[in-house]
Amino acid sequence: MQILKHTHFDFLRWRWHAIAASWIIIIVGLVTIVTKGIPRGVEFAGGTVVIEQFDQPISVQQVREALDRNYPAGGQNTVVQAYDDPSKRMVMIRVPQVGAESGASLSTTAQQVEQAIDKANLGGRHRQGAEIVSATVGRELESKGLWATALSLVGILAYLAFRFQFSFGVGAVVATIHDLLITFAFLAFFRYDMTLNVIAAILTMTGYSTNDTIVIFDRIRENLRSMRRDSMRDVINASINQTLSRTIITSGTALLTALALFFFGGEVLHGFAFTMVVGIITGTYSSVFIAAAIVSLWRGSAPTRAAAHAPASSSPTAPQQPQRRQKPQRKARAS
Amino acid sequence: MQNLRWKLLTIVVVFIAFASVGVYPLIAAWRGVHKPALLMDKQLKLGLDLKGGVHLVLRVNTDDALRIETETEMERLREELSKRGVMVTSLTSPDSTHFRVEGVSQAQDATFRQAVVDQNILTNFDRSSGTNGTYVLSMKPNVQVSLREEAVVQGRETIERRVNELGVTEPSIAQQGQSGDQILVQLPGVTDVDRAKEIIRSTGLLELKIVEQGPAATREALLQNGQVANGMEVVPGVSTPGDTAGTVFYLVRKVAAVTGKDLRNARQTVDENNQPAVGFTLTNDGAQRFGKVTGENVGRQLAIILDGRVQSAPRIESRISTDGRITGSFTQEEVQNLSLILRSGALPARMDYLEERTIGPSLGADSIRSGVMASVVGLLLVVSFMLVYYKLSGVNAIVALIFNLVILLGLMAYIGAVMTLPGIAGFVLTMGIGVDSNVLIFERIKEELAAQRGIRASINAGFGRVFWTLVDTHMAALISCAFLFQFGTGPIRGFAMTLVIGLVSNLFTSIFVSKTLFELALTRRQQVATLSI
Repeated sequence: MQILKHTHFDFLRWRWHAIAASWIIIIVGLVTIVTKGIPRGVEFAGGTVVIEQFDQPISVQQVREALDRNYPAGGQNTVVQAYDDPSKRMVMIRVPQVGAESGASLSTTAQQVEQAIDKANLGGRHRQGAEIVSATVGRELESKGLWATALSLVGILAYLAFRFQFSFGVGAVVATIHDLLITFAFLAFFRYDMTLNVIAAILTMTGYSTNDTIVIFDRIRENLRSMRRDSMRDVINASINQTLSRTIITSGTALLTALALFFFGGEVLHGFAFTMVVGIITGTYSSVFIAAAIVSLWRGSAPTRAAAHAPASSSPTAPQQPQRRQKPQRKARAS
Repeated sequence: MQNLRWKLLTIVVVFIAFASVGVYPLIAAWRGVHKPALLMDKQLKLGLDLKGGVHLVLRVNTDDALRIETETEMERLREELSKRGVMVTSLTSPDSTHFRVEGVSQAQDATFRQAVVDQNILTNFDRSSGTNGTYVLSMKPNVQVSLREEAVVQGRETIERRVNELGVTEPSIAQQGQSGDQILVQLPGVTDVDRAKEIIRSTGLLELKIVEQGPAATREALLQNGQVANGMEVVPGVSTPGDTAGTVFYLVRKVAAVTGKDLRNARQTVDENNQPAVGFTLTNDGAQRFGKVTGENVGRQLAIILDGRVQSAPRIESRISTDGRITGSFTQEEVQNLSLILRSGALPARMDYLEERTIGPSLGADSIRSGVMASVVGLLLVVSFMLVYYKLSGVNAIVALIFNLVILLGLMAYIGAVMTLPGIAGFVLTMGIGVDSNVLIFERIKEELAAQRGIRASINAGFGRVFWTLVDTHMAALISCAFLFQFGTGPIRGFAMTLVIGLVSNLFTSIFVSKTLFELALTRRQQVATLSI
């Protein structure tokens, strides 16, 4: 069985469309982030989360009213949500406040919230879980997260520059930054809390997307040796086409597992799985349309360096020139 | 053939080794079959998010340790100066790292300097002099750093002892944070959060000091000319046992007769009125000093000071040496906690809570269920796809996949890694990467076959070409993992750990195991015409 046989798509022809489309999503995402902010989970923002299980069935509305009346300090930022399956009668309450950072007073807010609920006579309840984080810890995590991301990008750039060429490293890193921005945009659109689990998913997806990119680059590297007389543009197109069915199958299976996590992974993995789904899609897209395009822009569409005598072709700023596109894909197979 | 036999043997041995470490204990625990102790030691541990428990982050107020050091040195100097008859107008400590001497007269300047040198104060402090016989002694920066580190390490060790006394199984206590002054405490399975929290952060500093004057209703009543007499201090306390509202003050000697460090043991007991009390036994050294002090002060009061508050101030009836009793208005539980805290020693500095997470056991169980459910569904989807798309070669990929999971479980159990919820996600991701490696190889073989190469040549070329691709992709993923591990706290580290192990085992299974299986299939037939892929 073969889903795709000998495709000859001219991916580079669409690179400006792809770059434009990406920019639109990124800009809309950035606008959303600037205007509405990225919702940050308590581990980053600091605050108090309690998960209460009630003895009797109870509506989220009742809990919210109880808090509005008896714990008005949370104000607009109080979040009350049903947690997990409704039959478990669990409610998650989040307020931005947190007790003072001295001695054991960190949990005072949690107690105030519980007292507020108890005042409303909603029946018996017990605490199933709590997450109380001071602002200090949140700040530290945030800066650590940024450093981890930046350093891993530098690490990948260095590795690819060493194993391939510098332009390939740049392509992979730009594609990764692209994926990060798109994923952040989607997280901002869909208002997912930035939690540690989501950060893990984001860092995984950067690894995954690089993985995809490297497979294509690897083929480009191989084809550069066997297609010495062809332009960089042809080599890149041929390479993407040759690896296309692998790209689709791999992304498809990865997407299947991510979707399984999304639908069956339970409340805690929801944000994680959502990020993975977005990341897999954008990672695949960027490997095909962005990473290689960056390499071709960086290197120009000139013939590969081993074939300096071959005719020069289009300049990088006018990629749509069709002059050489009709040329048959020669030797698509490596030696 | 000989070669192939060795390869198969290697595969079987590796499989059995990892399966017995990683998979067997899980099945044994689940089905209740015999568990050899050798294997059960290494059973895969569940993280807090799956098992339920308490996760606490404390910050050590390392300034406390510096202040204590500065004040101790200052008091030593004060004693030495009065012994040598050097008069100063004031000797104060404006902050935790400095103390200031004022009004050393010209005539006594040399004696003063000699006293500072003789007391070895300059090993830890830098001296700078100002006008009119003013000296400022400031703690050396490297001493500050090492004192801070020491305070955190001591704090961690004390907390470890307390947690062990609490009887928590498999606690995890570690230092963390950018400035290294945070202590992470994870207590799986603990449900009484408040008690655990209180016991962990109680300073537990016990001091027994002779009362010079008091109790008095106000602090001012104990002062002479508005100042505390030299070598004395004023300590607040409760007026009568049972009455927590009223505060009284005691003037006590600054130098403690004995402290918590001199305790050999502490236990629950009752006082003469049958009220809960803490009995203690002193070490030999402490008993000698205590005997001397109590012998000299029969008829006076002895203040029992815990964390800077007088708990009670009984009259010394006779000389006491080894055994004593702390009485006060304690409940049974307070006595129990207090004796535990005293046994484990005092914390070198105050502690603040920065983070508290509790995960109820049922929440954890739910998470396991959904995590495992998601993984199984994901696995089934991938397996059926591979079988449909790659037919018999798909079986090969699935064997490699299962092998991968077995190695993953085995290695995690062996190195004592902890399974967390993101760890389960790491499992799923490993499956994804494992499939990707096989897809890469199979697609390449298909390409080679389409180019009319022989089957053997195609397989060899497929594996050979893809090898470096796999190395590059795995290396890049490992680089990200390294930073993830560096950055991560508990669960994220679990995730990175799972992924690293998964990546390594995946290289082995997709390149070595999968290839050997192809070779095995090919040796059965002399002339191979078709390959089910």
